[in-house]
Amino acid sequence: MLDNRPLKMCRRRFLASVAALPALTGGAFAHTMPHSLPWSPFAGDPPKPINPLGWYFLTPSEVITVEAIVDRLIPADHLSPGGKDAGCAVFIDRQLAGSFGKSSHLYNKGPFLPGLPTQGYQGELTPSGRYRIGLKALEDHVRAANAGKSFAELTGEQQDAILSGLEEGKITLKLAPGFSTRQFFELLLQNTMEGFFADPLYGGNKDMASWKMIGFPGARYDYRDYVEKYNQPYPHGPVSIMSGAPGWNVKG
Amino acid sequence: MAKLMPRRDVVIVGFGWTGAILAQELTEAGLDVLAIERGPWRDTATDFNIGYMPDELRYAIRRELFLQPSQEAITMRNDLTQTALPMRDYGSFLPGAGVGGAGVHWNGFSWRYLASDFILKTHLTQKYGAKKFDGLTIQDWGVTWDEIEHCFDKFEYVAGVSGKAGVIKGVVQPGGNPFEGSRSREYPNPPLKMPYSSSLFTKAATEYGLHPFPSPSANISRPYVNSLGVAMGECTYCGYCERFGCANYSKAAPQTTILPVLMKKDNFELRTESEVLTVNLHPDGKTAKSVTYVDTSGNEYEQPADLVIMAGYGLMNVRMMLLSRIGKPYDPNTNEGVVGRNYCYQTGGGGASMIFDDKRFNPFMGAGALSSSAHDFNSDMDHSKLDFVGGCSIGSGESNGRPIQGRPTPPGTPRWGSKWKDATAKTYGHVMSIGGSGSSYAQRGNYLDLDPTYTDNFGRPLLRITFDFPDNDIRMQNWVGEQCVKIAKTLNPKILTSGKARKGWNSVPYQTTHNTGGAIMGADPKTSAVNRYLQNWDVSNVFVMGACAFPQNSAMNPTGTVAALAYWAAEAITTRYIKNPGPLVQA
Amino acid sequence: MKRLAAYFAGAALLAGMLAAPAWSGAEPDYQQVHDGRYQAILGDCMGCHTQPGGRAFAGGAALETGFGAIFAPNITPDAATGIGGWSEEQFRRAVKQGVSPGGKRLYPAMPYPSYAKMSDEDVANLYAYMQSVEPVQRRSTPSRLRFPYNIRALMIVWNWLYFQPGPRKLDASKTAEWNRGADIVIGPGHCGTCHTPKTFLGADTSAALTGASLDGWFAPDITANARRGVGGWSVAELVAYLKTGHNSHSMASGPMAEAISYSTSKMDDSDLKAIAVYLKHVPASSAAAGSALAADDPHMRAGAEIYQDNCAACHGMDGKGENAIFPPLAGNPIVGQTSAETLARVVLAGTQSADTKGAPTQPAMPSFAWRLNDAQLADVLSYVRGNWGGGGPVSAGTVAQLRRDLRPNRR
Repeated sequence: MLDNRPLKMCRRRFLASVAALPALTGGAFAHTMPHSLPWSPFAGDPPKPINPLGWYFLTPSEVITVEAIVDRLIPADHLSPGGKDAGCAVFIDRQLAGSFGKSSHLYNKGPFLPGLPTQGYQGELTPSGRYRIGLKALEDHVRAANAGKSFAELTGEQQDAILSGLEEGKITLKLAPGFSTRQFFELLLQNTMEGFFADPLYGGNKDMASWKMIGFPGARYDYRDYVEKYNQPYPHGPVSIMSGAPGWNVKG
Repeated sequence: MAKLMPRRDVVIVGFGWTGAILAQELTEAGLDVLAIERGPWRDTATDFNIGYMPDELRYAIRRELFLQPSQEAITMRNDLTQTALPMRDYGSFLPGAGVGGAGVHWNGFSWRYLASDFILKTHLTQKYGAKKFDGLTIQDWGVTWDEIEHCFDKFEYVAGVSGKAGVIKGVVQPGGNPFEGSRSREYPNPPLKMPYSSSLFTKAATEYGLHPFPSPSANISRPYVNSLGVAMGECTYCGYCERFGCANYSKAAPQTTILPVLMKKDNFELRTESEVLTVNLHPDGKTAKSVTYVDTSGNEYEQPADLVIMAGYGLMNVRMMLLSRIGKPYDPNTNEGVVGRNYCYQTGGGGASMIFDDKRFNPFMGAGALSSSAHDFNSDMDHSKLDFVGGCSIGSGESNGRPIQGRPTPPGTPRWGSKWKDATAKTYGHVMSIGGSGSSYAQRGNYLDLDPTYTDNFGRPLLRITFDFPDNDIRMQNWVGEQCVKIAKTLNPKILTSGKARKGWNSVPYQTTHNTGGAIMGADPKTSAVNRYLQNWDVSNVFVMGACAFPQNSAMNPTGTVAALAYWAAEAITTRYIKNPGPLVQA
Repeated sequence: MKRLAAYFAGAALLAGMLAAPAWSGAEPDYQQVHDGRYQAILGDCMGCHTQPGGRAFAGGAALETGFGAIFAPNITPDAATGIGGWSEEQFRRAVKQGVSPGGKRLYPAMPYPSYAKMSDEDVANLYAYMQSVEPVQRRSTPSRLRFPYNIRALMIVWNWLYFQPGPRKLDASKTAEWNRGADIVIGPGHCGTCHTPKTFLGADTSAALTGASLDGWFAPDITANARRGVGGWSVAELVAYLKTGHNSHSMASGPMAEAISYSTSKMDDSDLKAIAVYLKHVPASSAAAGSALAADDPHMRAGAEIYQDNCAACHGMDGKGENAIFPPLAGNPIVGQTSAETLARVVLAGTQSADTKGAPTQPAMPSFAWRLNDAQLADVLSYVRGNWGGGGPVSAGTVAQLRRDLRPNRR
């Protein structure tokens, strides 16, 4: 552009080439952002609520076991419905069917070597694989120790005893290298609590039951008028991402 | 075969806080700047939608806005005798990814390190003699408080930091932090509103003889138009700061402070979802000639540039230096070499957790940096009768009440079942804690290098962290923890608990994303990787941003100091380097 | 570092080249190009003739009219696909009479009825400028109008009915500033193209600037009406709005944000003031915007809750917004228009504010289409209008229709 053509010839070309600068360097290659703040109508990545019907990962017998487990981890009482009615098994199923279950965001390359506790989980199995093996090993263990009865067929007290055994390391299931019984229990507990306390759109925390139980207002975004009201409860109920709050809808 | 791209004045690798700061400053000076970011474009209204941003599972637990280990993982071990293994999921710390980097999902604490921190070795030697810190490889930064004060100021007025100055032009200000270095002027915005827990801490700490003050926060307290003309909103205390993008423009991030101006410049260009693989040097090894990057389709490009700014997360900058053979790698056996040296972390200490029957906190009404702090136990306290150096800033406040992660129960409560449920319902909202953010000092054997076994998707070795907390830091944390417990007792909680700091850094539970060192700044090329302007000693057209430049870590969150150093480096480039390219400090 | 040095040398040279013709007089038509560029700003040619993110003047995105989709053509000086082959005379006929070379009749989406008020000198300058921009080879997209509107010859009849060529008559009873404002608003500024209600054939009615629906937006009343128009704004506030995209009453969205970015924010301050002075004198409209629901109406109560949970964190419980970032709703003319179309649209699809030198932030409204159903969205708008706009309620059916119009391919 800085050639030696006479100025007279240059003028029109000059204005043209100034205008062309961004176009010459931009747009020609993938992922080059425009010289602006990009925006478009409807842009965003809103969540996709789960389909409440059916099962996407768990088999029918696994469903029965998981529902029994989540109902002991979070029993129904005057504070809230139990883990099953709150949707924790549905939550776990959908999570296992998705990217969490596949560990698709994690580092999955070998070699898979036994690690120290400070190094975290080093097994080769993804969460869905761990559930599949873990649930089978649990049922094998329960049936062997209880004359063929499955976990779900035991009394609540018996079920609690087994879960405590897993938690405290008193029961050792036959699992896989790099995947301990305690890790299986921790996975179950973590996912159950996630389901119970996450936004209802993921299948658990039905009717925001856990949030009501502890007084957490959920997906609210403005507490300016309340921060300095010391030692006082917050007056409004919870809001969820997709369903909002009951007051959003005119009845009838 | 890489496609050769048209040459640029400057290429910036990584586009978070430091990338945006350097791009803004260098384009203002007329340079033609290209930033390359491996993550996606993100902006407030389109990606941090107020309706779906408050989603704890998606953003805090599954961590959708963060760097995924599948893209880049790091291996770890506690000492040289162990075999490092990859952190298959990030836990202890969580690096960012995408436009804005961790500047999108940080909490917003916006500190200046203490004046004494920058001359720590000199300061401690004068105060106690070098024997006091025997075994620790403490160093001076090569830059002093007085030199970079205006850079802190510049960042605070871009970010709209809300706080109360403690010392202005040498005069102590009531209500501020009397231990801070002398600043040129007040913060641009007043402190945030004070939550109940902070008010209780303020009262208790004052009665204990400490000097509490509102923590400086980049969650801002009122509508503000920053020094670049960019408008920000008022923080609404939503409790979705850390791990989340701010939906209402009230947390300083590159998006809310710099990008609206920068993105429209003709001499700036941003390429996203493009991963830089290596910085290529000229045959003499004294200057870089280009970077090689790859897009999501696997196409490889060579991007020539006169100046290369490494602006990734500190750990990633160190890895990029090692992969590109920039600077001599550190060898813990000989204590020679510089890249990877003085890796530090941050300490938290036990702190004190209190459960009350008669007090109700609303922890969900929070902001990332909503707290009161006291710096009486910060690293410039009197250690003469103590068996350690360093210290903690302590404080109390409300950042969030998100229940998947935060459901405290009294000690001894089962973790599930009816008793757990009952205790959870009774305890939630009745807990406050006094916590600390502590210094982390370097010692031989804590360092960064390339892992011999594990590689990324491009076959490049992963970074390896070899780290454990020095005994000095354990002693320091436990001493500060005891002080926190004493203060907490004055509040008469029903239940008071405290933890003890222990050896054996664990990579699983979240602690802090304040990893420092590995490409430290200093005055001596034998013990530092970059000079006082963050310019690499060996390859003079490579500047390295980030907390990797910290010779050791101080007792505060690092972002304010990282940003100030970025402005300091930018100033050196625009006022001196472009007039006379070459080393700014003679080795 | 040779290249860095070369860069600075180059920058100096560029500056010299740019400045030289203006000072030396070596280029007699430089001033013409310069003045023409300003005419293009006044006329906001960029607004229609450039696609978002596309090359300047190389043709625009679809403009959805009641008669079908119209695409503003390539007006770069490319000989084959643009107007490179046009003479000044041909250009003037197109701009001022709506007849392109070869006799093809233009639709009045091209605001030639407004441009007809421009002086021949201004149009000549505009021609000089348009011939100087970068030629882009890009075939224009044919417009897709429904029968019988696709018969261009019918425009002869239309012009006979509605077209009033010739310059605006100077009003000697008014100040020079008022007259300048009128010249811009009625002429190149073509404000009425969007803001004046149309007849069934798309011609301006006599209710000038009282607000009109176009392309899925409601261009608001900009008469001196104190509530819905600009009657409540001071001249300085109006100038601030046109210059930065916002003031203490409102923030521009949609096509107005674009018009401000491309056009008004680049106008001279004296012209903005003239526009403001003129608009403040446009006779106030009188149409009613309906009456608000009672505060205890179930729809108002639901709307209040939805507002608190979705809107208040930015716009405030009091509807006052925040300076330069969140527009107020209380007293905002957009809230009180006869039609809630724009209001509903920004809640459904979101919007981005104008890009101006004085206000670079461009805060954007997020989309709520994914979260609020038609009834909820209608209720929150009824609440906002009822509470702060004096406007009547919005029905779920209105929202549903707009949702379909905006995203016809979605369920």
